[in-house]
Amino acid sequence: MMQGSGRRDVLITLLVAALLIWVMPSMIATYTLTVLIIYGMLGLSLGLIWGFGGILCFGQAAFFGLGAYTYAIAAINIGESTVPMILAVLVPALFATILGAIMFYGRLMDVYLGVITLVVTLILFKFVNTTAGPQYVIGKARIGGYNGIPGFQTLNVPGDSGAYIWGDPFYYVCAAALVIVFLLVTWLLRSSFGRIAVGIRENEVRMALLGYDVAARKTVLFTIGAAIAGLSGALFANWSEIVTPSLFSLSQSAEIIIWCIVGGLGTRIGPILGAAGLAYLKFMLGQQSVIDNTLITGLILVLFVLFLPRGLMPAVAGLWRRIFARMRRRTQPRTMRRARHG
Amino acid sequence: MDLSFVILVEVLYAIASLVLISAGLAVVFGMMKVINLAHGEFMMMGGYATITAVNLGMNVFVAMLLIAPLVVGLIGLVVERLVIRRLYGRLVDTMLATWGLSLMFIGLATMIFGNTTTGISTPITGFTVGDYQINGYNFFIIVVSIVLVLCMLAVLKGTRAGLIARGTMQRSDMAAALGYSPDRIYMATFFCGSALSGLAGAVLAPLVGLVPTSGGAYIAKAFITVIAGGPSLIAGLVSSATSFGLVSQIFTFTISPVIGEVALLVAAVIVLRLMPQGITGRFFKGKL
Repeated sequence: MMQGSGRRDVLITLLVAALLIWVMPSMIATYTLTVLIIYGMLGLSLGLIWGFGGILCFGQAAFFGLGAYTYAIAAINIGESTVPMILAVLVPALFATILGAIMFYGRLMDVYLGVITLVVTLILFKFVNTTAGPQYVIGKARIGGYNGIPGFQTLNVPGDSGAYIWGDPFYYVCAAALVIVFLLVTWLLRSSFGRIAVGIRENEVRMALLGYDVAARKTVLFTIGAAIAGLSGALFANWSEIVTPSLFSLSQSAEIIIWCIVGGLGTRIGPILGAAGLAYLKFMLGQQSVIDNTLITGLILVLFVLFLPRGLMPAVAGLWRRIFARMRRRTQPRTMRRARHG
Repeated sequence: MDLSFVILVEVLYAIASLVLISAGLAVVFGMMKVINLAHGEFMMMGGYATITAVNLGMNVFVAMLLIAPLVVGLIGLVVERLVIRRLYGRLVDTMLATWGLSLMFIGLATMIFGNTTTGISTPITGFTVGDYQINGYNFFIIVVSIVLVLCMLAVLKGTRAGLIARGTMQRSDMAAALGYSPDRIYMATFFCGSALSGLAGAVLAPLVGLVPTSGGAYIAKAFITVIAGGPSLIAGLVSSATSFGLVSQIFTFTISPVIGEVALLVAAVIVLRLMPQGITGRFFKGKL
């Protein structure tokens, strides 16, 4: 039965995704839409480790930036995009494994975890920002400090470095990547690994007493989140065609957290919608100059923490359930009476 | 000889500025267990309050030592009543809400003061020691931070208000049973914490110049100093500021200022990994 409903969910997800991918370009330009999808994937990466693993990471931007920089540096050195894409997933994942092992085997908990990830992001930001000099070179690529790295090979058809993927095709690639990542996350959460992760989120001591290696499982989950963030970073590098230290910045980290809060924690679709929605809102707000952008982002965060701490998706789902339950309650007594009399 | 004097002043200055940056947060986070991620923005507002007051023709020292703490304290009071009050005891939520507040303050400051660097000249002139020029203002910062620590110690340990505040932070129900209103004491403590942040921002403003985003430069340093300090308020503040100040200055002198900052952050990660309870969780236990 489990497997049957799983297959049905995959089918529904694919159908809805295909419909959205087909319809959305008629409402928003694909160039904007592409970056919304990339941000959605980044939101999903934090939504996975925070919403389901209970790991509050203030430094998801570190993995995002690391993915983007890895891609850019590798692309300049190799000149073909397939290997750099793979490296852009592996390098942040490796970094997260080391960082996660240090933190989780040290039994660091919520706030300290937040501070350490924040500090690590800051270290990366400060370091990359100072690498403007010509001595900072990896292979053929100059790291470029605050100027960033422009002019690297962008995504191409695997094996043919002349066949660039850009514009509408790049949009479809990103959308497909998001759907695949979404399905993988769904599968992961349905597996026993995902269920144990949720168990650890709920009560770490209980899961440890049941014999699960909490630190190892948290590290693995953290690594998976970082890998997804790295992939979205690589896609972002392809979209913007330049990588700069601002990818690592605190404001970038803050935004990812806000996406998750607004969309809703503990859901898969919430962070994606939160990311895409808020990024689009920011894009629209960027076209006016009356009210400062940061002010509104901050206001949204404060209001959500105070009044809607569980986020939009769970709130909407709760409302839907309540309406549905009332409708059923209205119909149920009648059927019961009929059953009694009949 | 001259060089060692210069180095000594620089190291003392680094420690003093860490103490200044973290004092407000030590009260708000160390005592009240409220994670104030808007701490840097409180400092930024202290700086702007000073600059505005000076531009209106006020004496620099009055503006720095009186006006700025008062203004930021009052802003803190409003923030406490509107937001923080609803979130006591919810660590992660205060963290997120204050992050939102910090973004709001940055946005507001950008709208009011614009996105350019503003500043005032340092009110104390420098002097020379042998071949070296020393910034006289550094001495002022060292003196201010020493006075600040002594004042905090005197208030917390010597006065009845300090005793009540410390008692309330430990057992608010007991304080309530003895007839003190925890709500008001929390409010007053938060006011003091924000006033301290405002003072720090005001004193440091002439050195660096201000942009609306300058709070971000302080927040990480303040946090790691307070968290690495551990449960004891003042002993923790002083011990962790001393160790981080030393580390960052050693690397600043031997390599470069940026490496000094990175070394400070790396040292913080190492300290937290080795002593999750902070320095005073392991040493100086039970001190204030």
